[in-house]
Amino acid sequence: MVNPREAAAAVVDPEIRVITIDELGILRAVEQDPATGRVVVTITPTYTGCPAMDVIRADIRRALAAAGHPDAEVRTAYSPAWSTDWISDRGRAKLAAAGIAPPAPVRAGTVVPLTLAVRCPRCGSAETEQVSRFGSTACKALWRCRSCSEPFDHLKAL
Amino acid sequence: MTASFDFVLSLGDDALIAAQRLGEWTSRAPEMEEDIALANIALDQLGAARLLLTYAGELEGAGRDEDALAYLRDDREFRNCLLVELPNGDFAVTMAKLFFLSAYQLPLYTALAGCSDERLAAIGAKARKESAYHLDHSALWVKRLGDGTDESHRRMQAAIDEVWPYTHELFAADPAAPVDPATLRAEFDATVSAVFDEATLARPAAGWTPGGGRDGVHTEHLSFLLAEMQVLHRAHPGAKW
Repeated sequence: MVNPREAAAAVVDPEIRVITIDELGILRAVEQDPATGRVVVTITPTYTGCPAMDVIRADIRRALAAAGHPDAEVRTAYSPAWSTDWISDRGRAKLAAAGIAPPAPVRAGTVVPLTLAVRCPRCGSAETEQVSRFGSTACKALWRCRSCSEPFDHLKAL
Repeated sequence: MTASFDFVLSLGDDALIAAQRLGEWTSRAPEMEEDIALANIALDQLGAARLLLTYAGELEGAGRDEDALAYLRDDREFRNCLLVELPNGDFAVTMAKLFFLSAYQLPLYTALAGCSDERLAAIGAKARKESAYHLDHSALWVKRLGDGTDESHRRMQAAIDEVWPYTHELFAADPAAPVDPATLRAEFDATVSAVFDEATLARPAAGWTPGGGRDGVHTEHLSFLLAEMQVLHRAHPGAKW
């Protein structure tokens, strides 16, 4: 049997398919009852209305079933609230490689951080501008590079 | 201290009805980016509504889940403020409504994040981050339209004049609640005054103060909204796709 933690951690985000739920920071805990062997996975949503949550729960259950844990339970925790600071360095590198500019660190104590210069994930230029605060998914904003003219997604700091 | 069913229901209904109204803009917004923005904000409101209505159902203890509360209540049983049920009007009216709603929800959710009801505190801590984006987005539009052309200024001023009376209901005192809405008024006033100044808009004069939403007494607009929102579930109970 595959370690349940490894099986759950390998599940990819259904809307940003280059990053795993572990790298995105939404996998909070994987616990196994030592007596019964039953696995309980705890995840947290990026945004309250994130429509990918049902797919993520199903994908986790499927991955755990394949790893020999057919009766795994997936729970959802809302506190503490997810922050983009929980995205791992490896996750940030994968986002950038996929053309999605990763978020800047969130300063403690502020709700919405100051937007620092967002670098174009294609050419690296800092000459970029926000087109819209809201993008193709709840967690992304739409930006444009003034140097190479390419539009790109930016995972907004939260 | 645990919050009351009525209080949590009123917060959930505000978010649910706001989501339904904002969703009406989908595919009809003035530009593609705004279409996506309004749909995203509607989705955030719906996400908060689901958490709040689920919790309200548990507090009530009568076996009603989020779907039963959203789809199987009539207008007199809804506890949302009148502000969210008002029609969208033109784009300026929609932005005025969203601006006032988020200028209220942000301090509300922030205060709830520190309250003694753990479930509400968790929901508040999550939702306030999203509200901050809603406030930012709507405030930008109020400034852009208010300090824009003569026509955009005229319509933005008309919009805030029209919607302003409905903001008073948001701050009706409720000392038994985990956060008394009356305590949020000062922050709301400071937020809107700063934006009005930058937008070259005049603060509406004090006038009539419609209310009743928290007691289930609504405008006729809510009934039409509910008819559209609930028809499928009522015609085909438990339908899934």
